[in-house]
Amino acid sequence: MDMKRDYYEDIQLCKTRTALVLTIALFCCLMIIPFLLGDYNIYVVNLIAIHAIVAIGLNILVGYTGQISLGHAGFFAIGAYTSVLLMVKGGVPFPVALLAAGFVSAGFGFLLGLPSLRLEGPYLAIATLGFGMAVTQIISHWDFAGGHMGLAAPKMSIGPFVADTGLEQYAIIMSVAAIMTIAAINLMKTRVGRALVAIRDSEIAAEAMGVNVLKYKTLAFAISAFYTGVGGALMAFALAHISAGSFNLILSITFLAMIVVGGLGSIMGSILGAALLTYLQIKLQVIQEAPIVGPILLDISKRFFTAEGLPNIQSIIVGGIMIGIVIFEPLGMRGIYLRFKRYWRMWPF
Amino acid sequence: MNFFMDLIVGGLAIGACYALIALAMVIIYKTSEVPNFAQGEMAMLATFVAYTMMANYGAGFWTSVIITMVFAFALGALLEICFLRPAEDPGVLGAIVITLGAEMILYGIAGWKWGANQNPFPVPFSEYSGVTISGVVITEINFWTLTVSLVVMLILFLFFRFTKLGTAMKAVQQNPFAAKAMGIPTRRILTFTWGLSSMTGAIAGMLIAPIATLDPNMMFDPMLKGFAGGVLGGLTSLPGAAAGAYLLGIIENLFGGYVSLEFKSVVAFGVIVLILCLKPSGLFVKHYERKV
Repeated sequence: MDMKRDYYEDIQLCKTRTALVLTIALFCCLMIIPFLLGDYNIYVVNLIAIHAIVAIGLNILVGYTGQISLGHAGFFAIGAYTSVLLMVKGGVPFPVALLAAGFVSAGFGFLLGLPSLRLEGPYLAIATLGFGMAVTQIISHWDFAGGHMGLAAPKMSIGPFVADTGLEQYAIIMSVAAIMTIAAINLMKTRVGRALVAIRDSEIAAEAMGVNVLKYKTLAFAISAFYTGVGGALMAFALAHISAGSFNLILSITFLAMIVVGGLGSIMGSILGAALLTYLQIKLQVIQEAPIVGPILLDISKRFFTAEGLPNIQSIIVGGIMIGIVIFEPLGMRGIYLRFKRYWRMWPF
Repeated sequence: MNFFMDLIVGGLAIGACYALIALAMVIIYKTSEVPNFAQGEMAMLATFVAYTMMANYGAGFWTSVIITMVFAFALGALLEICFLRPAEDPGVLGAIVITLGAEMILYGIAGWKWGANQNPFPVPFSEYSGVTISGVVITEINFWTLTVSLVVMLILFLFFRFTKLGTAMKAVQQNPFAAKAMGIPTRRILTFTWGLSSMTGAIAGMLIAPIATLDPNMMFDPMLKGFAGGVLGGLTSLPGAAAGAYLLGIIENLFGGYVSLEFKSVVAFGVIVLILCLKPSGLFVKHYERKV
């Protein structure tokens, strides 16, 4: 069953019939889910889908190509502002603005990729971090883009279809997310994807094998920025308002945390990590309303800390998860999944 | 001309703070090749401890400073023991993620304990009055910032040069395996390194807090600038990193004075990208060859 007879079998999207059935089942689930959830939960799922797009993009750069980026909040901001400015000031229709957000962001990714060719490790981290901070600073002082006040985003619309409710937003966001996920899975099976992995494993060996490191590294930055830009644009429409202050260092760290927690070098890991961290962040914001833990924590807060600072506990938990993953499970949630799968492979024997 | 000199003095004062942070980061970076992104938050938390000692427990300024130093040392050592030590060979990305996680935790704790309020940090030096030398005003706080940073640097220099512990730390930096073979307790040295670095950072935090305001976000910018200054001068050399940080402070202040105050913070990162493109190992350090 596992024997491969030709190259196509190795690279096709669904390798086995089980995988095909499961994929179709997943798509059916995604179509049914919104009708079962309330408005608020749809909003949460929308955020998860957007963060999954960003996480996939970041994983292409960090997990597959082995470059570190702490500046993805910058691309996220560029995507968000490009799409909103194009629609508000330029009157461009939504699909065009969405694509433009991706491509403008990819352009900046390409530019940032150029100096990054010479850098590695901590130096690359500080350069990308500087980029992210610079973008936020420039946008917040740029009056055309609303300055500190930010901008109100218009509604998403494709032709006559206007996304008013969370459900309609879900339709658009989830379609984009699905398309981009499949694109990423396929990309990693092509010549480009293998070149990126080769660069991660050993840059010098890859170069010796004829991989054009300059081309593929900048390409990885551009693709990654494209995904993040599209994610940023969708986020602007999902939140209906953007301001420069929200695209800060913490956001970049959260993106990185998503892929580290989910699993580096894995598309599924990116989605899992994005889902877990987004869910945790939203739920921990209101932890005092949790059934048993909430009152206890509130009591502790009042006695030793401050009650209004309690939502900050989400930073503590996210940070703890990041450290725990690196120490105990470097492969992330994907590693847990793989181990689980291996354990049950021979079941029931 | 006076305006120019004022800018230089201001730049030197803020550069002194950056230099202390850069030194703190370089001390750790040289020993364990970990860029410590939690440095700013460690300093911020230590500064909050000093603030609480003064505001809530009525301790004097200098008592608070001493307690804060002890706290900072304990915090740094604790972070190393709890987070860095259990990770076996985490790689560059793993180490960065650990320090970022530590940053999130410390940021969360500070926000939980002290909220997002902006607190004034009282110091016994005036921010406005000072001496005037041929038309150039040197405020008391600028004077003390410069003096303290220079004294700390001198102490660090003497420590690394003349004490047994300092020599052991240099040995660990150069070759951990050989140091271990010579009977140096490398793990304990590493813990001590983190404590020392944390103390240096805490001094920077207490110097920055009176100029800015004391809140959980206060160290984001200075930490990055300090790191940037370190990169400018070279992350592998203590004097180089300090010089780079001073230079960055001056460049930034001149840019703010003559070109644009709004985009003052951006210039630091522009300088960094430029330097990283032209001379990645830093201005004052010999270029190293990467090994396969």
